[in-house]
Amino acid sequence: MSMDVRHINAFLEATKAVFSSMVRMPVTFEKPELGTRKEQYDVSGVIGLSGDVVGSVIVGFTKMSAVQIASAFAGTRLEVGTADFADAIGELANMIAGGAKAKFEGQAVSIGCPSVIIAPSHQISSPSSATSICIHCNAAAGRFTIDVAIQSSTKAQASPAATASNGTKSAIPAGTPA
Amino acid sequence: MRVLVVDDSKTMRNIVKGVLGTIGATAVEEASDGQDALSRVDAFNPDLILLDWNMPVMDGITFVKSYRGAKKTTPIIMVTTEAEKTRVIEAIQAGVNNYAVKPFTPESLSKIIETTMAKVAAKKAA
Repeated sequence: MSMDVRHINAFLEATKAVFSSMVRMPVTFEKPELGTRKEQYDVSGVIGLSGDVVGSVIVGFTKMSAVQIASAFAGTRLEVGTADFADAIGELANMIAGGAKAKFEGQAVSIGCPSVIIAPSHQISSPSSATSICIHCNAAAGRFTIDVAIQSSTKAQASPAATASNGTKSAIPAGTPA
Repeated sequence: MRVLVVDDSKTMRNIVKGVLGTIGATAVEEASDGQDALSRVDAFNPDLILLDWNMPVMDGITFVKSYRGAKKTTPIIMVTTEAEKTRVIEAIQAGVNNYAVKPFTPESLSKIIETTMAKVAAKKAA
């Protein structure tokens, strides 16, 4: 299974739906970039995809945009490093991934438990067999990125690894897919 | 109206509680998974249960099967990202009264709750 336009559109539609209904903020998209993962984030929500589509979804933020967007979603000011902050970022990622997978017509896909990574300028890599599409998104509260990597083979397993600028790895489980 | 909100995300529970506040819920109890809900439901005696699907420890569909298996009839609305038709059918067959897909607007969730409660009241009156 490789990336096709249906997958890209599914994530665009799901992101738009989450932001319009639950963050109460319109979102616009820049031109998707195809390639390998190279973006750096301060905060990211990561969810694995399995079944007929295997891969992972990252919703990545700068620290400032993460605080603004998570706070708008939760309806209260959230601070980085708190459990509520991780919960909100994880739930946003969960709804975007869940909304997208529901649009994968004819494909049985499951989403995993979201993890939230908080570390300055971390980068998340995927296996070389994965095709990655990076979509930069703009909302009033800030810019963020949807990064989807889908394996070229359904038998391959995706296990993205995050590395912060200081070389450490960090992941905070943020509940389960809802 | 007394409502039990079951979701492992505190953010989502708070959002749902905000919606319930606009439609006159008199008491809201929170549970973070199906097992937690089972341990609270009898003492709280809700008029309605709002239930997430995917949760740790015990998921929503397992809760429904267990609760309905005990012949409990309190209305249940599944509130979940699981939007596929097969999932909706599975939930209805297990005994949920209605289904709300995340993301939702406060207005859409309110409407689903009000519709569900109206149907339950009409069925009781018949």
